[in-house]
Amino acid sequence: MQYIPNILFCIVLLAGVVFFSKNVKKLIRNIKLGRDVDRSDNKQQRWLNMSKIALGQYKMVKRPVSGILHVVVYVGFIIINIEVLEIIIDGIFGTHRIFSFLGGLYDFLIASFEILAFLVFVSVIIFWIRRNVIRIKRFLNPEMKGWPKMDGNLILYFEMALMGLFLLMNAADLQLQLLGADHYASGDGSITGSFPISGYIATLFRGMSVSSLIIIERAAWWIHIIGILVFLNYLYYSKHLHIMLAFPNTWFAKLRPQGALTNLQSVTDEVMLMMDPNADPFAAPAEDVAEDAVPEKFGASDVTDLNWVQLMNSYSCTECGRCTSECPANQTGKKLSPRKIMMDTRDRLEEVGKNIDTNKGVFVPDDKQLLDDYISKEELWACTTCNACVEACPIGIDPLSIIVEMRRYMVMEESSAPTDLNNAMTNIENNGAPWPFNQLDRGNWINEG
Amino acid sequence: MSEPLKVPTMAEYLAQGKQPEVLFWVGCAGSFDDRAKKITKAFARILNKANVDFAVLGAEESCTGDPAKRAGNEFLFQMQAVTNIEVLNGYEVKKIVTACPHCFNTLKNEYPSLGGNYEVVHHTQFLKSLLEDGRLTVEGGKFKGKRITFHDPCYLGRANGVYEAPRDLLRKLDVELVEMRKCKTNGLCCGAGGAQMFKEPEPGNKDVNVERTEQALETKPEIIAAGCPFCNTMMTDGIKSKEKEDSIEVMDIAEMIASAEEL
Repeated sequence: MQYIPNILFCIVLLAGVVFFSKNVKKLIRNIKLGRDVDRSDNKQQRWLNMSKIALGQYKMVKRPVSGILHVVVYVGFIIINIEVLEIIIDGIFGTHRIFSFLGGLYDFLIASFEILAFLVFVSVIIFWIRRNVIRIKRFLNPEMKGWPKMDGNLILYFEMALMGLFLLMNAADLQLQLLGADHYASGDGSITGSFPISGYIATLFRGMSVSSLIIIERAAWWIHIIGILVFLNYLYYSKHLHIMLAFPNTWFAKLRPQGALTNLQSVTDEVMLMMDPNADPFAAPAEDVAEDAVPEKFGASDVTDLNWVQLMNSYSCTECGRCTSECPANQTGKKLSPRKIMMDTRDRLEEVGKNIDTNKGVFVPDDKQLLDDYISKEELWACTTCNACVEACPIGIDPLSIIVEMRRYMVMEESSAPTDLNNAMTNIENNGAPWPFNQLDRGNWINEG
Repeated sequence: MSEPLKVPTMAEYLAQGKQPEVLFWVGCAGSFDDRAKKITKAFARILNKANVDFAVLGAEESCTGDPAKRAGNEFLFQMQAVTNIEVLNGYEVKKIVTACPHCFNTLKNEYPSLGGNYEVVHHTQFLKSLLEDGRLTVEGGKFKGKRITFHDPCYLGRANGVYEAPRDLLRKLDVELVEMRKCKTNGLCCGAGGAQMFKEPEPGNKDVNVERTEQALETKPEIIAAGCPFCNTMMTDGIKSKEKEDSIEVMDIAEMIASAEEL
C-alpha cells in the first residue's frame, strides 16, 4: 500500500510524457507538409544567431519593459526546471528533497528558485495587467479576439498558479520541518533548504497541525507537478510553443540580407529555355515525364505550397504582435497584420493536419485554402515589403516571405493583381519601365540641362 | 549648371575600347520622373566634378524588375533580370552605382543567382568613398547648422543594413542631424515599397507617407534628407498634404552635396 503514491506518480508522469510526444510527432509531421528548403549553409552563423536571439533574448530587450520582464520569466522557467527534476525523482522514489546532500549548494539553489519564482510571479502579473488593464494596443487587434486572447491569459494563469503552488509547497514543507514531522525533518534538527520567500508564507501556518500541513504540502506538490504536465501538453494547443520552437526557428531563419527575395527555380528554368537560342520550340516533352504530371505551381495558395521553415514559423509565433505594431500598413488602418498572416497559416495547417488524421493519413480536399478562406487579397496587397515585421520579430519569423509567395500565386496563377499593378507590369514588359515612357528616351535627361 | 554634363554611355566607351571605373545605373525613376531626374543630374554633376570615369547604359538600360518581383510577378522579374544581365555581362561590368535603393537591392542580392555578379553600391556609399579617397571635398556651406532629419529607405536600411553612409555625408555637410522617433532598423516605410508606388493604397485611415511625414515633422526639420527617389516623392507629397512645402524641403543627399558645392 505504501507504494501507491509512487505508482500513481509514475502513471501520471508517463501519461503526460506519452501524450506530449504524440503531439510532438504530429507537429513534426505537419511542419514536414511544407516544401523542402535547404537552410543548412553557414552553420557557424546559425549557431551564433540561435545563441544570440533565442538563448540570449537579444531582440526581446529591444523593447525594454516587456523584454526585461520576459527575460525574468524565461530565466526563471529554465532554472526552476532543475527543481522539477528533483520533484520527479522524489515522486518516483518517495524520497524527500533527494538533492539535499548538496548541502550549502542546495540551500543556495532552493533560495534562488524561490526568488526567481517570486519574480516570475510578479512579472506574470504585470504581463496580465498589460493585456487586460492597460490594454496595450497590439493585444487588441481584431485577430486577438476570442480564443487568442483567452489563450494568452490562460498561459499567465498557469504560470501564476505554478509559481504560487511551488512557494506554497515549500512553505508547508518548511513548517513541517520546523515541527520535526517524520519524513520531512532531517535527523539532526537542521533545516533542509533555504526559504527566503516561502518563509513568510510559512508564518501563516503557525499553529496548524502536522496532518493539516501534510495535506497542504502534498496537495500543493501534486497539483504543481500535475500542473506542469498539463501545461506541457497544453503547449501544442496554444501559442506557447515558442518556448521550444524559438530555438530551431532562429537557427533556420534566413541569413541573406533581409531585402533579398528568393528567385523561383521553376521560373528560371522556363526563362532560360525561352532565352536559349538552341532550344527547339517544337520539341516533344521529355520521355521521363509522367503523362499525368502536374506542372509545378507558382507561388502559394495553401499551406502545403509554403516551405517547412515558413510552417515552423507559424507554430513558433507567440502572437506578441511586435510585427503588427511596426507594420506601416497596419499602423495606417489597413487590414494587413503580419501576426494574422502567421496565425492564419498555423490555423490552416492545423486544419489540414486534422483532415489527414481523420482520413487515415491522406488529405481529402476540403474545398478550402489559405488564400481567401483565411488570408484575404486585400491584406496581401497592402504590404510594402518594408521588412519591418521581419526585423521586429524577436525569434526570426519571416511573415513577408509568405506574403510574397501568395502574391506570386495571385499574379502568376490567378492573374488577379490590381489593375494599376497590371498596367505597371505591362509597361515594364513593353517599354522597360513601370511608366509608359519609351525605353529609347532613357538617356534624355542628359541633354535636358 | 554652367557646364554641360558629361555622361558617356557604355556603348561609347566600348567604341573607344575602354572600360569605365563604374557604371551608373540610373533606374526608371531617375530616367523619367521629373523630380528624380534632378537627383540623377546632381549625382552626375558630382561625378563630373570628382573626375570619376563613369558611364550609363542609356537606352540599353531597362527596369531591374523590382516592382514586378515584389508584386509577385517572378516571371516578368526574371525576364528583366536575365535581359539586363546579358547587357551588363556583355559590357563586362564589374561595379555599379545607383541612386535607387530598389535597383541597388535587386542588382546586389537578386541578380547573382541568375548569373549577374557585380559589386553594387548605393550612391551615398560611393560618395562617401570619394570623400575618403580625397577625390571629392565637401564643405558645409549653405547647410551648415541646418536642422535636418534623414528618412531611411527600407531597401537601403533594413534590407541591406546601410545606415551610416548617408548619415556620414550629412555630418560632412555640418548639419544638425536630428533622428526621427522611428529610425534606422525601426524606420517607418514611406509607403512606396513592394510596388505600392504603382497602385492605390488599400482602404485604411491614413496614407503611410502622411504618417511618416508626421514623424519627420516632429523633429522640426528644415530639410528632410532622402536617399531614394520613391521615398522622395512620398515625403514630398506628405509635406504638401501638410501644406509645409514653403518651409520644408525634401532633398536627396546627392542634391544637397551638389548644392553645397554649387554644382
